[in-house]
Amino acid sequence: MTAMTAPMGKFGQSVKRVEDSRLITGNGRYVDDLVLPGQTHAAFVRSAYAHARIGAIDVSAAAAMPGVVKILTGQDLVDGGLFALPSGWGLTSIDGTPARVGVHHALAVDTVRFVGEPVALVIAETRGQARDAADSVFVEYEELPAVVDMVAALGPDAPQLHPDIPENRAFTWDIGNAEEADAAFARATRRVSIELRNNRLVPNAMEPRAINAEWRAYDGSMTIHLTHQNPIGMRVLFMMLLGLESENHLRVVSPDVGGGFGSKAPAYAEELAVAFAARAVGRPVKWTAERTESFLTDAHGRDHVTRAELAMDDHGRFLGLKVHTLANLGGYISTSNALVVSYMYATMLCGQYAIPAVHAVVEGVYTNTCPVDAYRGAGRPEAAYVIERLAHLAAREIGVDQAEIRRRNFVRAFPHQTPLVYCYDSGDYEGCLDAALRLADYQGFEQRRAEARARGKLRGIGLSAYVEACGIGPSKLLASLGGGGNMWESCEIRVQPAGSVEVLTGAHNHGQGHQTVYAQIISERFGIPMDRITVVQGDTDRIQAGTGTYGSRASVGLSAAVKSCEKIIEKGRQIVGYMLGIDPGAVDFADGIYTSAATNQTVAFTEMVHAAHAATQFPTDQLEPGLVATSFFDPPNFTYPAGVHVCEVEIDPETGVTEVVAFNAADDFGNVANPLIVEGQVHGGLTQGIAQALWENAVYDPDSAQLMTASYMDYGMPRADSLPEFGLAFWPSPTPVNPLGMKGCGEAGAIGSPPAVINAVCDALGIAHVDMPASPEKIWRLCQERQEAL
Amino acid sequence: MTDMTLTVNGREHVVTVEDRTLLVHLLRDQLRLTGAHVGCDTSQCGACTVHVDGKAVKSCTMLAVQAQGCEILTIEGLAQGRELHPMQAAFHEHHGLQCGFCTPGMIMMALDIARRHPSPDAATVRAELEGNLCRCTGYHNIVKAVVAGAQRMGEPA
Repeated sequence: MTAMTAPMGKFGQSVKRVEDSRLITGNGRYVDDLVLPGQTHAAFVRSAYAHARIGAIDVSAAAAMPGVVKILTGQDLVDGGLFALPSGWGLTSIDGTPARVGVHHALAVDTVRFVGEPVALVIAETRGQARDAADSVFVEYEELPAVVDMVAALGPDAPQLHPDIPENRAFTWDIGNAEEADAAFARATRRVSIELRNNRLVPNAMEPRAINAEWRAYDGSMTIHLTHQNPIGMRVLFMMLLGLESENHLRVVSPDVGGGFGSKAPAYAEELAVAFAARAVGRPVKWTAERTESFLTDAHGRDHVTRAELAMDDHGRFLGLKVHTLANLGGYISTSNALVVSYMYATMLCGQYAIPAVHAVVEGVYTNTCPVDAYRGAGRPEAAYVIERLAHLAAREIGVDQAEIRRRNFVRAFPHQTPLVYCYDSGDYEGCLDAALRLADYQGFEQRRAEARARGKLRGIGLSAYVEACGIGPSKLLASLGGGGNMWESCEIRVQPAGSVEVLTGAHNHGQGHQTVYAQIISERFGIPMDRITVVQGDTDRIQAGTGTYGSRASVGLSAAVKSCEKIIEKGRQIVGYMLGIDPGAVDFADGIYTSAATNQTVAFTEMVHAAHAATQFPTDQLEPGLVATSFFDPPNFTYPAGVHVCEVEIDPETGVTEVVAFNAADDFGNVANPLIVEGQVHGGLTQGIAQALWENAVYDPDSAQLMTASYMDYGMPRADSLPEFGLAFWPSPTPVNPLGMKGCGEAGAIGSPPAVINAVCDALGIAHVDMPASPEKIWRLCQERQEAL
Repeated sequence: MTDMTLTVNGREHVVTVEDRTLLVHLLRDQLRLTGAHVGCDTSQCGACTVHVDGKAVKSCTMLAVQAQGCEILTIEGLAQGRELHPMQAAFHEHHGLQCGFCTPGMIMMALDIARRHPSPDAATVRAELEGNLCRCTGYHNIVKAVVAGAQRMGEPA
């Protein structure tokens, strides 16, 4: 038996996590664990058709069933004044027109546009009763032709999803400079091109989406317990959509959240409908998604079809890049997706390379599929995949090594203004490459390849040098690009009389270990043990302001915490000045002790805290009692984490099975606050990326538009026995963008790894390209073709 | 509805359940032991793993009434106050969890692995964890934790 102890925190140390104790003892509190007085339960009636007109909805049989409290349809919600779900980002097409946003009702009205779209909602006394009754709601559908494929959706014969959106085209957006790119291609002597598909993924946070909403009729206010990455953002949005009087009339609580990966950042139809229902029935309503519902309706990730071309000189120096992408939006534009497919994606297409002329076009296309939105990396993995596949082909075309082609094109001086809005802050791309190659024993690869060949296996090696944008973000820049909200983060630090510290942050921890890292940093600054520090998050009654967690925003929130620490320490200096009767400017603070060099007197941090609260040792008309500081941090730029991943695969040509036999990554996350936690983030990201490359694929039947991979029986989730041990190294170039020099690490693994895996597969087979996932069937067929060619 | 008796974490419970109630729902909804989680509806994810008469069972694969007279151990029954079970401690030491949702099931499965393989190697643990899904950790640190936890359980206290 072992008890956990709370150490002193120190930046850069692998401190064990503070949040573990409740989670390893079964005391985590997730939304579904909560039962409220008068609790009712919700179940959705969902469309079995991908595209259909809704006729009559007969609820009479269901309404007569045991325990049924209320049944709501889409029309009921519209009649009750509920607003439709918005697109949270204003994108403008090349022709100057705004993106065409299809109306997205919380419960479908008139038309359903993807399988699983909710049509009606049953509230009952128990979950089982709600489910039973939902199955007895009869909906008449007039089935319409459905379209899954984006090219088909843009074609003349395609069914049109939204009445006022011809060709199912939401927008045609571009970035960069078409003329400069054309000129670069005219100059180029060598070029490579590729057509690729970035496969659709299902996020699969292990905790399904859940909400428990309670309405208080006496003052017209509501509390929503919501498994979400951004409860504060949801408060404003739900307040407006529900038509509540003010922020004070809505409290959103996101307690322990079982993974997000972007999929718990959007505003969802189901959650909005349940919140509406709570008001309609005047009792708390709870809904927790079944896993099949998660597969059908959690915003999916990726799903691009891209054509890209890279212009070079004879030495393989990159001169120009042209990219054309079709981005599958699904049936509706989800909250952040217009941002994800544009500025989160195309801005990163240069990768780590100095490419002077770039032009990219993204067409957003509606199809009869689940809406797409941010999923781990959100646009940046799609960009890295394009440029890193092209870099691999460029090496083949020029006849140089995979590492060499990258070396010849790396950005070498920072800050580096790309032709695509962003300005890379710092980095050492070649140093990072060398670190990765050492870690992977790159030089010894050909020997390993020969040894594998002797065993009948095809071994290949693939590199990927990614860069991404984290720490979102500079509010003004984002607003200028179409952003609909602020992007700073806040942190309030309250120091209690007995010396414990409460930290209130608008960031939200759902696995990232914020509670530990905040405590670590504040512990070090105040010189007090970590167990004196409590991090409060995820409750809008307690946290005044913030923006939630996605896109590795921890550096933004932690920077706000650092500012608050400085304010507390500074106020302490003034208090100690009065206590010792000296000028506050002559008071030093280090390791939890205020000292006066002149008089050799010392005051411990905790003594200063007592004095601040007692308010007897200083004139309160000149210095306020108490010890609270609030700060906001709006970063001047994004941060740009980067790294090099090296993947080695072995392919069994008899079965087509690809095994990842080694995976090494050297990453520049800037300064690393807690290596243990950061490595964990990388492991998880790598696994999601490797799984995208080899196994995961959300497949819709092309005719019926039914989701064929809607359970863990059918969807290729990575499992413990399908992965190698990872080799990791850090190669930090601290960023000047924030006071901690941190860049962020949450998405990196999922960004760098897919191209590394596919480049390795292509290297093993000696082929130009294979689309993800490189399934055994695909690889087996390629091996057969290869055999025939020999 | 059926009356039944079962022992959970050493305590006997007499309960009345709907015949269709799954063991996991009895534990979560009626006994309010919410450590076992429901992560799927096809018995694939293992988040609901508990021990039934000493063996790891996905509690969504079993009707509650089938547990009549059984001894159930859940994640809540492992630690004594602040004193962690060695397997729990190993998950903490090796950072074997992130969001924590799969963790109770992982730990209960890990104990079953340790029972059958007193000092398992990483490959054995990876194969044995095939029925437990985690989306956060990439399994890397979970495997380390199970190997270390099993080792520690074998050592004299």
